[in-house]
Amino acid sequence: MRPEQQGIDVAVLVSVGRHPITGRARRADQDARGLELALGLERQLPGSRVSLLHAGPRAEESEAALRGYLGMAAGAGMSAGTGQETLTLLEQAEGSDAIPALAEHLAAAPPQLVITGARAERGEGSGLLPYALAERLGWPLVNGLAAVEAIENGVATLLQALPRGQRRRLKVRLPAIVSVDAAAPAARQSAFGPARRAEVEVKPAAADADREMAEWQLTPARKRPKRLKIVKATSARERFKAAAAKAESGGGQLLTDVTPEEGAEAILKLLKAEGVLR
Amino acid sequence: MSEIRRRDPRREWIARNRLHPEYASVLAEQGQGAASEWLGPHGVIRKNPRAIGFIGPNGIKRIDRSGAQQGGQAAGEARQAAQDSRRSVTIEAPAFLVAVVPELTGGRLSGHDKDLLGLARRLADADPKRPGAVLAVVFGEHKEESFGEAGIDRLLHLPGDAYAGFAPETRLAALSAVERELAPRHWLLPDSPLGGADLGRRLALRLGERPATGVWQIEADHEAPQGWCCTARGAAGSLDIQRPLPRVALALGECAEPVDETRHAAEPLTLSIEPPGILSRIEDLGQVAVDPAGVALAEAEFILSAGNGVKDWEGFHHAAKVLGATEGASRVAVDDGFMARDRQVGATGTWVTARVYLAVGISGAIQHLQGIQSCDKVVAINLDPGCDMVKRADLAVVGDSAAILTALVAKVKQQRGGQRDAA
Repeated sequence: MRPEQQGIDVAVLVSVGRHPITGRARRADQDARGLELALGLERQLPGSRVSLLHAGPRAEESEAALRGYLGMAAGAGMSAGTGQETLTLLEQAEGSDAIPALAEHLAAAPPQLVITGARAERGEGSGLLPYALAERLGWPLVNGLAAVEAIENGVATLLQALPRGQRRRLKVRLPAIVSVDAAAPAARQSAFGPARRAEVEVKPAAADADREMAEWQLTPARKRPKRLKIVKATSARERFKAAAAKAESGGGQLLTDVTPEEGAEAILKLLKAEGVLR
Repeated sequence: MSEIRRRDPRREWIARNRLHPEYASVLAEQGQGAASEWLGPHGVIRKNPRAIGFIGPNGIKRIDRSGAQQGGQAAGEARQAAQDSRRSVTIEAPAFLVAVVPELTGGRLSGHDKDLLGLARRLADADPKRPGAVLAVVFGEHKEESFGEAGIDRLLHLPGDAYAGFAPETRLAALSAVERELAPRHWLLPDSPLGGADLGRRLALRLGERPATGVWQIEADHEAPQGWCCTARGAAGSLDIQRPLPRVALALGECAEPVDETRHAAEPLTLSIEPPGILSRIEDLGQVAVDPAGVALAEAEFILSAGNGVKDWEGFHHAAKVLGATEGASRVAVDDGFMARDRQVGATGTWVTARVYLAVGISGAIQHLQGIQSCDKVVAINLDPGCDMVKRADLAVVGDSAAILTALVAKVKQQRGGQRDAA
């Protein structure tokens, strides 16, 4: 390993979030986790450059939310040496498709790693954006990132979060797109003063209206109906049993009068068949 | 032989007199041991009120007026018949295909997969004159045996190590091959973090479709291009989006009722052209050992749980460490101070979702059994063969828990040692 490691270019795609209760604009939770990951990477690999990128309309409320990300980066030395953090805002009209603008911007000056949240908190929120970018740019994509372990010679070693608290180690050739969800490290607080002082660099971007989405009906989510337990009983006795029965499996295997070794053997067989022993 | 029914008045007399010493043998000879009703010689229904009902566990006669049970023996057969009452359905020449890619957690169809297959059946069976077939694409090894019961007509199994682990690019290449060869009308995937959510989005973009994600309801709609419209969750679950159903849909759990009335053929299917091998840019280095004590109890995969019957606590903690299991406890063990409160399993503690739950010395209070309702496999080690936990368990070993755990630990260690030697 070389003592002086070269840093990499990291772009973090950020969006305007929505507070789940008040509905106000805020920094989106998953994107903030992505930025936290990028800032951790900066500490890991000195000389790395983190840039923030957002595509959307410019408005007072959304700008306040976007400055929340800039406040996180305070003191972390983003945009090397100038002491001021910047965010690139690709300005588009409301309701236009962000994917072409982002893809164009990324293709013009390709970073080595692009970090995004798994899904947006406003609009369609389908979680398609990282996949669409990966398909357009032809880069590999890893979802559900938990940590970046190392980056050496253009290959990143990543930890992917699996359900049930498990982790999987992956090796990906850069440039790559990674998306983070709730398993990534929690975002730090945002500092208000540096957030106010930071610059937002506005660039005009091509905007095609998302016509398909304009035809959809969007309503506030209603509560999903709770699934009822359907009892297909033909007789009163079965109905009564279904209503009153305790959980019984019946099909279980009962081993009595066995030595501890035989019992342990049977248990071991089941554990192996289920694949929970590692 | 003449057709005239001959009566034996003496036997009838004995059959009517339940105090007669030969009563039981005569009834058995007449084949009325269990039957309480029969057609008499004159075509009149005769009833034997004393043959009704059965002797309950306490030696008292119980009568079930619902008519489901006639005598003690018939009950088991009736239950067997009830289980086999699914209607067999074979679709020879399907009008179209509905492709489903189940996630197969742990090699079996999960509840989410079954709901999704129920949704696929709704799409396939919408027009009874031109039924479609449900095609399931299964990657790698699996342990599932009841694909037909879940509503699958055609099963495309792609075995091989190439699909194991995180191999989205290889799987995507295989699904693209399916698309080229079979061209299903609908693609349905589970919108779950393991597999479906990732693969479905990749597939949709490869096919150039804009998928519906987080779908939880579909309705027939004649104006939509596919004939269906769907309701999907958007914006982090705060919006309901009503839109026409696209070709690729990623559905949430409980999007439809699972299939429970029919049994389908699950005919194996093969691709004529093998999917091309792909040089993946993502290399899977395998799962990382995670400290099981750090995993939240509610989402742990394998739980070793202790109750009142555990006396050797050192041995128990050691066993959990060797087996790589997350520790749980019953309320008694927590109240007695042997385990921390956050390890308590049950209605007042944590509702667990483990795939394997190993209960050591837990008798199975109803609150505890509620807490382990959604566990797949329950193993019980207990001294009392009659306790509720043993009744609930898929495998129960009656014996001293400390000795059995010690033996289990020894076997696991021996096996691991052997593996290391081999490698």
